[in-house]
Amino acid sequence: MNWLSDFVRPKIKKIATKDIADNLWTKCPQCGKMLFNKELEKNDFVCSGCDHHLRLPLNRRFEMLFDNGEYKLIALPKLQEDPLNFKDSKKYTDRLKNYRKVTGNDDAVKVAQGEIGGIVSIIAALDFGFMGGSMGTAVGEGIVKAADIAVRGGYPLITIAASGGARMQEGILSLMQMARTTAAVNMIKEKKLPFVSILTDPTTGGVSASFAMLGDVNIAEKGCVIGFAGARVIEQTIREKLPDGFQKAEYLKEHGMVDIVVRRPEMRDTLIRVISILMHQKPQISQLALENHKE
Amino acid sequence: MNTGTNTLILDFEKTIFEIETKIESLKYLAQDEKVDISQEVNRLQHKLEKQMRASYSNLSPWQKSQVARHPSRPHCLDYVYALIEDFTPLCGDRCFADDEAMVGGIGRFQGTSVVVLGQEKGHDIESRVKYNFGMAKPEGYRKAKRLMEMADKFNLPVIAFVDTSGAFPGVEAEARGQAEAIASSIEKCLQISVPMISVIIGEGGSGGAIAIATANRVLMLEHSIYSVISPEGCASILWRSADKVKEATEALRLTAQDLRRLGVIDEIIAEPLGGAHRNPAQAIERVGESIAKHLKELMAQSRDELKKRRTDKFFRMGRHFAESK
Ligand SMILES: [Zn+2]
Repeated sequence: MNWLSDFVRPKIKKIATKDIADNLWTKCPQCGKMLFNKELEKNDFVCSGCDHHLRLPLNRRFEMLFDNGEYKLIALPKLQEDPLNFKDSKKYTDRLKNYRKVTGNDDAVKVAQGEIGGIVSIIAALDFGFMGGSMGTAVGEGIVKAADIAVRGGYPLITIAASGGARMQEGILSLMQMARTTAAVNMIKEKKLPFVSILTDPTTGGVSASFAMLGDVNIAEKGCVIGFAGARVIEQTIREKLPDGFQKAEYLKEHGMVDIVVRRPEMRDTLIRVISILMHQKPQISQLALENHKE
Repeated sequence: MNTGTNTLILDFEKTIFEIETKIESLKYLAQDEKVDISQEVNRLQHKLEKQMRASYSNLSPWQKSQVARHPSRPHCLDYVYALIEDFTPLCGDRCFADDEAMVGGIGRFQGTSVVVLGQEKGHDIESRVKYNFGMAKPEGYRKAKRLMEMADKFNLPVIAFVDTSGAFPGVEAEARGQAEAIASSIEKCLQISVPMISVIIGEGGSGGAIAIATANRVLMLEHSIYSVISPEGCASILWRSADKVKEATEALRLTAQDLRRLGVIDEIIAEPLGGAHRNPAQAIERVGESIAKHLKELMAQSRDELKKRRTDKFFRMGRHFAESK
């Protein structure tokens, strides 16, 4: 069976034009600096004023990490939608429709295959823009599929988390995805293939309490929020004062939960080093993702 | 045994409670005046049963949530001390602390050596504080992980009694890695090659529950609940209103009956008429019988089978439903 579809070529110039066209500037959510979108784009969506790492589209994420920005998207099987027939103020199916229209994705996960430093690798990445990157059955399916391909091919698995946690609209089945995705990464570990978990803003709830915390190596993006319980829940229900930098990547590293905290532009080089060492391979570092990532 | 003055009366139990009180007072009167009340008591007993059957066969999800959290409902240690001979509590994660919210130890279940896990909520103010209301911290999940490793090493089946509103949300818990502790506990559940049976005896609250419920068999008491988020949390996030808790409870499909239909649990254990809090001894006995049955089936499987089937079962969660509908 062929999982590969949609061979994607890098679109260095055309990226996310539809989002940017009517909106030339973005305000940095941290320092408030007005950032020219073209510059922001070139700068890996990192603020030139305060070095805040803004969220970015999944295709940019893939382009930044894979050699020459080239990768293939892996088709994911479609699952029965809305298993609980869930409705709050809006029907869950309507929410899904809406997010599909806005993001152009089926759900909050994409799986891609490509080379990283010359080593064929599988990346499963979550999209915070799709219902907060929440993990339901479709996201679970994506992680399982990614692990399955990695095991069959003998490739390293890389997950990129960006999620508020479980998808409440799928109730208990979303909780079960914690066990399911853990089973998936366990499969990788049993084959003694590297599993690198990249944690980005935010990685919380059911995603942090399952596969995202279980990497052989956990790499966090600078400044991102990582935690189990939401800061607001802790503040309100337990009435504890939150320390400075609480649940930030650096705090997690200090407390022994992540191995490495990196700035986004150094993520690719770090990843190449880690997987090439664990795979006993010499990386082909001549293959750069995109030229503007080198500086 | 639960008609003491401290007993919580749920709103839908008022009629039941009224009849119960009438019977009690009749019996009390009869002691003094030596009148024959047996006919009247019989009539009332009949009425009581009929009323309980009517109420309890038709509980709404929200009512079930109330029963599941009933303070007089038997808790983890009630099951442990009734069902496990020579129960020997073991303590600590060998790293930071012992977490009393997470019960752990070794003992014998019907003659078979086992490891026991579970969350204890406590039964009065003092014990609730001692057990942190059944909300475990990272050291609790690391203790569970450690004991599961021991179970695997000595070939001991694991029996877990799940009853928690969730993992403890606090600064210290986050600092010590609550997320990692839960993830590693789930991972350990999947790695061991011994039978694992988890029973949701009251409240199965989110990650804090699944951390010890990624089991070969997941059993659930009839009026227990098991959910990705508390009804209150769901109402406040999705409905932005605490008043919508009943709607949220319905939408979440968190009853044992819903979960059985979704293929998430393996068996529903019938509760005594009027709920486990009305007859804890009978509830505990039925749980024991169900564990015995499943344990017997699981002990016939090889170590490899136990592990593989457990993993395969969770691989199908969600996907299975999609295909079967
Ligand atoms: Zn800034």
